[in-house]
Amino acid sequence: MDNIQVSVENLVVEYKTEHGNVQAVNGVNIQVKKGKTLGIVGETGAGKTTTALAVLRLIPNPPGIVKSGKIIVDGEDISGKSEFEMNKIRGGIVSMIFQDPMTSLNPVLTVGDQIAESIGIHQGLSRKEAMKKAEEMLEMVGIPGYRSGEYPHQFSGGMKQRVGIAIALSCNPQLLIADEPTTALDVTIQAQVLQLMKSLRDQYGTSMIMITHDLGIVAEVCDDVAIMYGGRIIEQGTLEDIFKKTKHPYTEGLFNSLPNLANRTEKLKPIRGLMPDPARLPSGCVFHPRCLYAQEICQSRVPQRTDFSDTHMVCCLAYEEGTNIEVKGGGRIV
Amino acid sequence: MSDALLKVTNLKKYYKTKKGVLHAVDGVDFTIEKGKTLGVVGESGCGKSTTGRAILRLVEPTSGTIDFDGVNVMSLNAEAMRKMRTQMQIIFQDPFSSLNPRKTVSEIIAEPLKLNRIITNRKEREAKIHELMSTVGLADRLFNTYPHELDGGRRQRIGIARALALDPKFIVCDEPVSALDVSIQAQILNLLQELQETRGFTFMFITHDLAVVNYFSDEIMVMYLGKVIEKATSDELFNNPLHPYTKALLSASPVPDIDHKPDRITLRGEISSPIEPKPVCRFAPRCNLCMDICNQEMPELKDVGDGHIVACHLVE
Repeated sequence: MDNIQVSVENLVVEYKTEHGNVQAVNGVNIQVKKGKTLGIVGETGAGKTTTALAVLRLIPNPPGIVKSGKIIVDGEDISGKSEFEMNKIRGGIVSMIFQDPMTSLNPVLTVGDQIAESIGIHQGLSRKEAMKKAEEMLEMVGIPGYRSGEYPHQFSGGMKQRVGIAIALSCNPQLLIADEPTTALDVTIQAQVLQLMKSLRDQYGTSMIMITHDLGIVAEVCDDVAIMYGGRIIEQGTLEDIFKKTKHPYTEGLFNSLPNLANRTEKLKPIRGLMPDPARLPSGCVFHPRCLYAQEICQSRVPQRTDFSDTHMVCCLAYEEGTNIEVKGGGRIV
Repeated sequence: MSDALLKVTNLKKYYKTKKGVLHAVDGVDFTIEKGKTLGVVGESGCGKSTTGRAILRLVEPTSGTIDFDGVNVMSLNAEAMRKMRTQMQIIFQDPFSSLNPRKTVSEIIAEPLKLNRIITNRKEREAKIHELMSTVGLADRLFNTYPHELDGGRRQRIGIARALALDPKFIVCDEPVSALDVSIQAQILNLLQELQETRGFTFMFITHDLAVVNYFSDEIMVMYLGKVIEKATSDELFNNPLHPYTKALLSASPVPDIDHKPDRITLRGEISSPIEPKPVCRFAPRCNLCMDICNQEMPELKDVGDGHIVACHLVE
């Protein structure tokens, strides 16, 4: 398995709250192949961001505790590393682009300083050299280098996100984690930013984890997809597995919730109910209260993974033996 | 067009700033017929929300006329305007900041009924609130809860119930689903559509999401920097977009289909400043088909047939 850049094995993360422990991530396994992009898709509270933060060991503690799980970056387990060693990994080997470019930049430092900071730390360059490299990075993301002396408030939202990308890519990381990088941007600016990310990824062969709720972005950018719900990965596969051979009722529901540009008269088929409260997850299959096909057994038995191929797996009782649940397998209504 | 419920003519909203006059909405005309939905699309800063608010005079228009159901809205005094707003309501984008955190769900929904003295009897008012809550799909047990106890989808339902309380004819929906998760978005869109079918509401639906607007609207108006640049029926706009900006906008939205190979037009640059814009085409700096004339003259809206209007020098 030497083409695996990062793998997360059996990750469990809990948050301690006044109302008891909340299982934000419950036994997640993901693998990102070298030079490929994995999309993590899910709604609010599904555990996508927690998973990403765990890869960088950035879960705030307290209240968060990583109960178990191995994080293997380039063949090396980083779960036991010291903070000092982690600082070399963060920004150097694995870096992150945050959702909100308005708050993730420091308002009292020039953008040049902010890019130069990580270059200085990881590449041991002098301040002057680091600033020069920072200007090159700005040019690379399409911002004139002379603007490196300006402050974040002098940039628009799209430009700020470009600065975020410049910081993340400044030390040639092996893995880039992008947490909803375009959610705060307008469509035409989103198209520019996605275009930029794709071309940089192809140019440098960076592996990527793309966290998003937008299946349109997934179709455009990702190679593999993991669908998360209630802290678990409920379906995982290649782009084609997920889009063409949809197996899990939740994945199916996500597709059916989207207005169809081609057929606008068709009524939307939303998933009934609401996302579960992570403090009170349903018993058995976490999705059963909202599932169209749920039977009695779904309330008590926890689904295990069923593999359809080397790439495609799903956690749903309908595909397990000894159950009698009818799912319109791949029942995506197009 | 005899059935027009709302007719807006040459609506303008300017703001004075230190750097000069900001043209937020710059001469917008449109008509919405009874029971129909007008979708308004554009990116941040194009003036779509300001237009929606100006119609209800929540922001005072700088000039223009607003004719609602035969009444000149601009001529009303504050008291008459307040009465008028029982007919015109708005649902806000952010269900987190548009609800008073110190009031319970029932108090929030009761507020318009109390303020306008529609139902003064407490018992009757409570019955009405229960009815409104069930209309929008809020469980009865939430009657005395506070907004912070509820998720975004439920909060947006409170906003809808509040807008429905006065039985309005016209509702401005300002990005009502942008803050919600996909599966919840679909629930709210279906709810709004059912309400329109059963009660014959007229909607102005403001959004940046083209798939949503296409799903919801009869007609779509595309705005750019305070100006309407194209307007047509939904089918026409999606099948035959004429303005380069509309085309770019349509091609830029990601499609959840792996066989879809977008013929993408990537726009260069970003929206220019709305402060004292020159009387030329405002899209010219980003347009990939820009000609000399675009930087000399402002294109007028031209009708190319069947009510499809577009403001572009390329269109003859």
